[in-house]
Amino acid sequence: MFKKSLSSPHIHHPGYSTQGMMFRVILALLPAAAAYAWLFGWGVVINILLAVTVALACEAAMLTVRGRPLRPAITDGSAILTALLLVFALPPLAPWWLTTIGVAFAIVVAKHLYGGLGFNPFNPAMIGYVVLLVSFPRELTLWSLPAGLAAHTLDFGATLSYIFSGALPANLSIDALTSATPLDVMRTQLGLGQTTGEIMTAQPVFGFVGGKGWIWINLLLLAGGVWLIYRRLINWHIPVALLGSLFVISLLFYLLDPKQSPSPLFHLFSGAAILGAFFIATDPVTAATSNIGRLWYGAGIGVLIYVIRSWGGFPDGVAFAVLLMNMAAPTIDYYTKPRVFGHGKKDA
Amino acid sequence: MKRWPFHGGVKLPGHKEESTTRPVEPAPLPKRLILPLSQHIGAPAEPVVAVGDKVLKGEVIAKAGGFVSAPVHASSSGTVTAIGEHPVPHPSGLSAPCITIETDGKDRCLKHKQQTDFRQLDPATIREQIREAGIVGLGGAGFPAFIKLNPGKPVNTLILNGAECEPYITCDDMLMRERAGEVLRGLLIIQHAVQAQRCIIAIEDNKPQAAHAMQHALQRLAADPIDIVTVPACYPAGGEKQLIKIVTGQEVPSGGLPIQIGVVCHNVATAAAVCRAVEHGEPLLSRYVTVTGSAVAEPRNLDVLIGTPVLELLNHCGTDFNNLEEVIMGGPMMGIALADHGVPLVKTGNCLLAVSRGEIEQRPSVMPCIRCGNCADACPVSLLPQQLYWHARSKDFDKIQEYDLFDCIECGCCAYVCPSNIPLVHYYRFAKSEIRSLQEQKRRADIARERHEHRERRLAREKAERAARHARKKPGTDDKAKKAAIQAALERARASKQGAPPDDV
Repeated sequence: MFKKSLSSPHIHHPGYSTQGMMFRVILALLPAAAAYAWLFGWGVVINILLAVTVALACEAAMLTVRGRPLRPAITDGSAILTALLLVFALPPLAPWWLTTIGVAFAIVVAKHLYGGLGFNPFNPAMIGYVVLLVSFPRELTLWSLPAGLAAHTLDFGATLSYIFSGALPANLSIDALTSATPLDVMRTQLGLGQTTGEIMTAQPVFGFVGGKGWIWINLLLLAGGVWLIYRRLINWHIPVALLGSLFVISLLFYLLDPKQSPSPLFHLFSGAAILGAFFIATDPVTAATSNIGRLWYGAGIGVLIYVIRSWGGFPDGVAFAVLLMNMAAPTIDYYTKPRVFGHGKKDA
Repeated sequence: MKRWPFHGGVKLPGHKEESTTRPVEPAPLPKRLILPLSQHIGAPAEPVVAVGDKVLKGEVIAKAGGFVSAPVHASSSGTVTAIGEHPVPHPSGLSAPCITIETDGKDRCLKHKQQTDFRQLDPATIREQIREAGIVGLGGAGFPAFIKLNPGKPVNTLILNGAECEPYITCDDMLMRERAGEVLRGLLIIQHAVQAQRCIIAIEDNKPQAAHAMQHALQRLAADPIDIVTVPACYPAGGEKQLIKIVTGQEVPSGGLPIQIGVVCHNVATAAAVCRAVEHGEPLLSRYVTVTGSAVAEPRNLDVLIGTPVLELLNHCGTDFNNLEEVIMGGPMMGIALADHGVPLVKTGNCLLAVSRGEIEQRPSVMPCIRCGNCADACPVSLLPQQLYWHARSKDFDKIQEYDLFDCIECGCCAYVCPSNIPLVHYYRFAKSEIRSLQEQKRRADIARERHEHRERRLAREKAERAARHARKKPGTDDKAKKAAIQAALERARASKQGAPPDDV
């Protein structure tokens, strides 16, 4: 409780530490990660191990180059969290170099070249993802089929061999194992003149609200996120504003034209909206800081996700939406300063 | 009664029960009393005794050094042995002028005047008595109490602060339990002096016994417009501006005083001291002090003579010095760590918190700020502590004032909840003192510049005047006057040569 201090206060909240916060966020992600691995196979597990290893190696290398103490930064959990978040954005059968490049770019460029933890203006995991998306779009669309849809599944050895050497068992081709993501399918088929109803019934990747299997991952992410709010590790403002604005704007277009616009629930439970709302947009380093600012920030991301998904060049827009609002965060903070005690209302 | 919440604040483990199980007892008379001349906000007191003087308990040994100042009294009888620098409780650990009294053990008292009923006295007389008694705000600020009794504006609400929101401290709690009548009568005297329309006694809800004792005393007194209000225990509910917000819903304007919204706020211990001063003519000689902490074997409250060395109080309560890490005067959130145990207990010293070695948390070093915003959620003034920290670090003093640095009350909530363990308040103190010293430098530079400009103007004026004189004289240098002057000088010389004694030279 007490701490050595030059001046008051002489006590510190025993439960609050950067490390504790990071590891609780990681803990909240684990059930969804387990479901992801359960549904999409060993690739997810291999990706996580690979990404975490690369992240810690890059972190240690950068700290050494920058002449910073290794221990506090390596053990704070932030690099592990970045790696884990990036794995959620990568296809389960992503080749090793894809994961490595993404994680290395996130840690080396997006984090350390900006000054390390706390000084990065952009979410490192999203920067890593966007670099891959822009550089290797084809690799990122090869998403394995979830359990129950795939005719073939790879065992641990075959997955390891594919990820590291690209070699598949003799009787298999990669097309038999993968397909486009639900959001990608929806986008392509809408472009072909199909209606949302037709797409949802005709395409096997869809379950009852969104992509098959994804609903479970998203529900577990939602549970993890709610736990984070309950434990006061994040505030409710960003997730509620993000999902709320996404829901409202998709509902609006759904009501106007249900044939061409997927339902609000589809938008919430397909793709990375839930992950983004609770685990990515809430990264405090890159988000707005006042509660009113957090509402604007979250709402901005929600609207941008819809805009990018509906009219942009990419199937999902969470990464770009988050990065765009990262840029806006300082301005939002400037205009949403809370009214200080004893200052007039107009002063706010 | 309605209560208004304030933004932020933190729930802290109270640690109050440790020191409330034993009754309050007087601390033993120390051999030496060390009385700092500055135990209050304002000008230091000026000594009126000399080394070797015999003094009686209650005698004035230093008079107020100005309007905003307070006199110092001998808290026991004895001989003045030194007037000079001595370590005092101050964050800097520096020394300050003190009067040292070698006590004679007899505790002989100056005869106090017998007082009449305070209702017969006019407010000015009461204020004078409180001023002469050397009473300062005993809650911690140490502002001379009589000044707050002269509001110069109508007082709507008089609040008695019995919140005592800092952990470990229980001296106000015990005072209310044991001397509720005194506190109440003090309140009535203050009410009479400021002509307050209504009075509120605010007590945190973790002190039910104190609230009960006050209620009981109130019923006996049957005084009319007094409410006892329990407020939720949430640090810093006892901060003056926070407490006013809680019980009245009004905010004291930034940089302003409570009287601007018709409120006066006094601490319960101050009220008890006022009662003794007005009813018995007794100056402020002692106060309740909590001696507690894990290094103390018998944590308790003591009635301590002002000027008693801290070391004696620690000894009296059985402090394990081998295991002692630090002693804090005040609470853990705003108190000061004492650099020297020889310092005296001063008027504002409400608590001695002796922390044992095992209680010090071995924490990792300070981590970078991750902008989590816990600090902003905890700030009772709705500041953005991380922005202040950022600008303090980069010494951007214009920007930091835009973020209202000077509204910070240094309560420590932000640093308490900071996951990165950043000593935030330390940065704010640094920035405040830098800004103050820059302002002082600027003020001096302005004065110097003004002086310089003034001198330049004066020189220019004198030069112009000389030139004018010169110009006036030139045409008027008539030879007659000159010749007459030369003639007169020659005659004087002649006269002296003729042997006249030069007695007029």
